[in-house]
Amino acid sequence: MADNYVISEIEKDYILALLDQKKRTDGREFNQHREIKIETDLVQKAEGSAIVSIGNSKIIVGIKATLGSPFPDTPDSGVITTSAELSPMASPFFESGPPSEAAIELARVTDRAIRESHCIDLSKLCIIPRKSVWILFIDFYILNHDGNLFDAATLGAMAALSKTKIPKVKILEDEEVEILEETESLKINHYPVSVTTYKIGKNNVVDANLKEERVSDARITVGFDEEDHIVSLQKGNYGVYKPDEVLQIIKESLNVSKNLRKELMKAIS
Amino acid sequence: MAGDGTTQLIDEKGKRLDGRKLDELRPIEIKIGVLKNADGSAEIRMGKNIILAAVYGPRELHPKHRALPNRALIQCFYRMSTFSVNDRKSPAPSRREKEISMILSNALTSVILTEKYPRTTIDVYLQVLQADGGTRCAGLTAASVALADAGIPMKGLISSVAVGLANDKVVLDLFDIEDQKGSGDLPLGYSPILDEVSLIQLDGVFTLEQFEEALHLGIKGAKEIYEIQKLALKEKYSAIRNEVADEIKPSKKEVKEVPKEEVKEAPKKEVKEVPKEEVKEAPKKEVKEPPKEEVKEAPKKEVKEPPKEEVKEAPKVKEKEEKEDE
Repeated sequence: MADNYVISEIEKDYILALLDQKKRTDGREFNQHREIKIETDLVQKAEGSAIVSIGNSKIIVGIKATLGSPFPDTPDSGVITTSAELSPMASPFFESGPPSEAAIELARVTDRAIRESHCIDLSKLCIIPRKSVWILFIDFYILNHDGNLFDAATLGAMAALSKTKIPKVKILEDEEVEILEETESLKINHYPVSVTTYKIGKNNVVDANLKEERVSDARITVGFDEEDHIVSLQKGNYGVYKPDEVLQIIKESLNVSKNLRKELMKAIS
Repeated sequence: MAGDGTTQLIDEKGKRLDGRKLDELRPIEIKIGVLKNADGSAEIRMGKNIILAAVYGPRELHPKHRALPNRALIQCFYRMSTFSVNDRKSPAPSRREKEISMILSNALTSVILTEKYPRTTIDVYLQVLQADGGTRCAGLTAASVALADAGIPMKGLISSVAVGLANDKVVLDLFDIEDQKGSGDLPLGYSPILDEVSLIQLDGVFTLEQFEEALHLGIKGAKEIYEIQKLALKEKYSAIRNEVADEIKPSKKEVKEVPKEEVKEAPKKEVKEVPKEEVKEAPKKEVKEPPKEEVKEAPKKEVKEPPKEEVKEAPKVKEKEEKEDE
């Protein structure tokens, strides 16, 4: 993301040299996220919404529900679909236009954590099998990019989903569906969070800021549910890992995920 | 766009559906400098509208052949979020959004001193987070303060509001339902200090009298918005000034009231990002323009105080920052 952001060699060396002394430029521990802020229900016209910042990275998530047809292979399941926009307002390096690869990756990785954790029972979103189901759109807009959008997106999606209210419906005689004024809260069965670890030189740190992200070789995003199951994983960028390193990262990430979930639960309770 | 005008929008007491009088604005809140990466930014809440504005530039224009040899190109991008309206909006820019982007670009071009930055672009991004009628106007209001926040020299701010017809009466600042059910809509962009209309559109059916009344009502509304814009800008920069003053005399009391975020980050940004040429120019602008405005527009009491502050302190602040930087 923000691939044409150029970082000077001096700054790069500085970041790397500090990391070798187990220090980060902003004084954080290797497994420490920046300050997290979660605000929900900002947008009343959305079925659910949340605005999340991790440090200076800022992202807004809105949920819309519309009636539609199920996929033929899952006739009695509702549909969730995610999209992300790296808005040019978020960084001088984002340009308007069709979704970039980075935007698609962000949406899909987050989608995976939500879908695979079964945090929403899709069969509950079915109204008439094969005919009519709820389609939940989960849309992300990046407002300010300062690294690690993945963790913010998952936190935002879960915060928004947990505040989502879907209209009740009435099925009429000829299988027509009437949408009622009354709404009910979407039931959330699990609370997945994702933790992204960046490999910078020989060191692995969570929640890179933009500069750290720029000098990193690779990243691993892992999603966990509250029962410590891994629900998603994505390796990004060109760098490589040793198998033990991957295990180590995942174990560390699991610990970190508990802190993130605390922040999430605090914000939505 | 305009409805048939048959829906009852005004009650017997002359109150509108949301309880406002005919010539009353919705509550407006403007925050400056809300997005850290942008050169200038603003958030406006006007009724239930929530809109963010971000300014980048002057910067290089791509593709280069679009650059103008004699002035900066102003590009405004108005986008609605998919969840900002009742039925999900498709994420692709619609014809409506493209058109609004164009007219907003035109309006902003008219007040910016574009000849100062030939061959560059100044990009203004507007993201509607929640729409409640009159988004282009609220967006334009926010865009012009975001430009001021970015230090772009301008002849004046644009203040913008929509006027419309509800049950054949001219009403100020249409909200969602009036926008849809009313029989006319007249978005207006107006600079009180220049007395210039930089944006005007109309749909629906107005009589000539109604049009004239609408125009005057719009200008009245724009003047009220202008005061809010000025206040929002002053708030941010007086916070910076207080912080600098605090560094000199740590005992100064005013600092306590200042929100933390702004105090910490704003001065840094100016020191690092503004190229030297601009640093020299910027103080000039701040010194000269606001007092002029004040003299013309504000009541006599204000004339004495704010210009003094601006004239004396603003340049000092800048010099200090420059030195620290070196």
